[in-house]
Amino acid sequence: MKTIEFNPVCPLPISQYPQVLMAHGGGGKLMHQLIGKMFLAAFHNPLLDTQHDAAVAELTGGKIAFTTDSYVVRPLFFPGGDIGSMAVHGTVNDLAMAGARPVYLSSAFIIEEGLPMDSLWQIVCSMRDAAKKCGVQIITGDTKVVDKGKGDGVFINTAGIGVIEHEQKIAPQNVLAGDAILVSGDVGRHGMAIMAVREGLEFESKIESDSAPVHEMVLQLLKAGIEIHCLRDLTRGGLTSALNEIAEAANRTLLVEEKLIPVREDVHAACEILGLDPFQVACEGRFAAFIAAKDSERALKILRAYPNGTGACVIGKVMEERSADVFLNSAIGARRILDMASGEQLPRIC
Amino acid sequence: MKFLDEYRDGELAQQFAREIHRVTTKPWNIMEICGGQTHAIVKFGIDELLPEKITLIHGPGCPVCVTPLEMIDKALEIAARPDVIFASFGDMLRVPGSTTDLLSVKAGGGDVRIVYSPLDAVKLAEQNPANEIVFFGVGFETTAPATALAIFQAAQKRLKNFSMLISHVLVPPAMEALLSSPNCRVQGFLAAGHVCAVMGYEEYFTIAKKYRVPVVVTGFEPLDILQGVLMTVQQLESGRAEVENQYSRAVRREGNQPAQDLIKKVFKVVPRKWRGVGEIPKSGLGLNEEYAAFDAEKKFGVADHHVEESADCRSGLVLQGQIKPHECPAFGAKCTPEHPLGATMVSSEGACAAYYRYRRHDRQLAEAR
Repeated sequence: MKTIEFNPVCPLPISQYPQVLMAHGGGGKLMHQLIGKMFLAAFHNPLLDTQHDAAVAELTGGKIAFTTDSYVVRPLFFPGGDIGSMAVHGTVNDLAMAGARPVYLSSAFIIEEGLPMDSLWQIVCSMRDAAKKCGVQIITGDTKVVDKGKGDGVFINTAGIGVIEHEQKIAPQNVLAGDAILVSGDVGRHGMAIMAVREGLEFESKIESDSAPVHEMVLQLLKAGIEIHCLRDLTRGGLTSALNEIAEAANRTLLVEEKLIPVREDVHAACEILGLDPFQVACEGRFAAFIAAKDSERALKILRAYPNGTGACVIGKVMEERSADVFLNSAIGARRILDMASGEQLPRIC
Repeated sequence: MKFLDEYRDGELAQQFAREIHRVTTKPWNIMEICGGQTHAIVKFGIDELLPEKITLIHGPGCPVCVTPLEMIDKALEIAARPDVIFASFGDMLRVPGSTTDLLSVKAGGGDVRIVYSPLDAVKLAEQNPANEIVFFGVGFETTAPATALAIFQAAQKRLKNFSMLISHVLVPPAMEALLSSPNCRVQGFLAAGHVCAVMGYEEYFTIAKKYRVPVVVTGFEPLDILQGVLMTVQQLESGRAEVENQYSRAVRREGNQPAQDLIKKVFKVVPRKWRGVGEIPKSGLGLNEEYAAFDAEKKFGVADHHVEESADCRSGLVLQGQIKPHECPAFGAKCTPEHPLGATMVSSEGACAAYYRYRRHDRQLAEAR
């Protein structure tokens, strides 16, 4: 495999058209130029470079994990990341939640006519860098252009394949009474970073997204022989949705302690102002782990050795009851149900 | 968090709870007026710390919940117009009208936008001269100054494409209406701290005296509410009916004078219909003649809408404190946050939604028994 040259300035390779045109998705010369000069140039690897309709790859080992996710985010660039890096991290993280080592990604772009070519190039560069950092290759892709007004700049879909190199069974059904519930860091930061930019809210400090890959932490837990029963990344719906999904799929009662759940002070303050619940706000680089209680201390030590795992902590446990509910011991010591939001969280009046 | 964690201290909360247990000898019904307080009570489980003898009744102080159905229908009609950008606070968007809600109007192509302040809507009007910008002005005395300021600024800027659909309501007349009802069970009030930060608490002295009922101006954090309950119980137990201020870090007796002046300049007191309660005289704010040009009801000819509410929804009784949310037959069955029959199930401050989110297990446990 040829190594990708690191090019910090990322000069725009297509200069004659400052914006994406319908013709860039039309199957003709412009489309081939776009694919060749942008996508192939940035992502290139032997499998992609064959430019076949489908990439043909060999995988060693037994089981594979396969996932797909679509990324729609406004604004495309936000503090701490952009749609490109997010499209890599999100899919890599989904694979990691199955305990897989991510290997290959696909990337499909649906571009809105008129998107500045420069923005597209920045996104592509960001994907390239994120993929390199995660140790994955983008081996196949697709490009479509839609009419102005029919998209939000660009939508990206990535699918991912990972290999499973361990014997553990990681799934909600394996969650057991007594398991410790861990989170890998503070919650709610990505959602508030996006909301602050989107709504033009100005806080004293800039809230940066937590967008980051988590697979290395998971692989390290597995390597250390930590008994992992279930993993779930905290994306849309945040911690609350993730816990409720697991409780329901496992038919287990979960109990978490409000005081133990890490929320950064600026995120907490922004949520208070807007009347939002930080436990329901999305993250992009955090996960919850259900781990045999005997291993929880060792697991924390491993997670905390990673830059985006320094805030890892135990937030609760799995109870004996089998009611599929999530309970929260509140800051003042009373117990309540922690329910999923019914729809989008909407800022409150007062 | 600074200025927040101090008011959520678990040990101090337990101390207040022990003191409330100590002083309570008889059963008492206390109403917290404000939806924000209801939300905090169920979110933090404050009522679980109280003696069984004390019943908290959740009052009508959620602006989303009391906005009448016909006003929602007017909003829906205006928002669906192709020339209109309809601006609203976030939690009004999910409130069901007779047939649909603002989120659905948006999905159908209406330009509905969430704003965080009425002044954002004025900005929209300046930026979009070809569109009509309509702001949904709802809320209590707390949000009235901001609404008034937006109207005042729009008038100064001579904006012709800006108007407001106004459904502002006032707290003291609603308290009086509740207390005059023969079914009234309320023996003491936690008055809404934020309303009092604007209006002061002069108005409550007559109410406390006339109805022999303690009124304690109370904040919104767990320790505020526990202290407010303690002060109310102390009054009830000793037979006093006075006005006291628990929330002195934010509230002065005379309130915020410039804010009150602005309200007086732009608004006049009008009769207002409350969802689930009916019309209460002198309980709302409407635009003064001087600012009548900004009245969206007149501008878009929707002033004459009248509709009836769902017969299955008991939100009126909930708002008046006559039943608890889970005592309504529709609660959790026909009526959920996904398919709300009434606004109390929609707003995050609504008593029904708060019970559903945080207390559904009580009902499940009761059924299991």
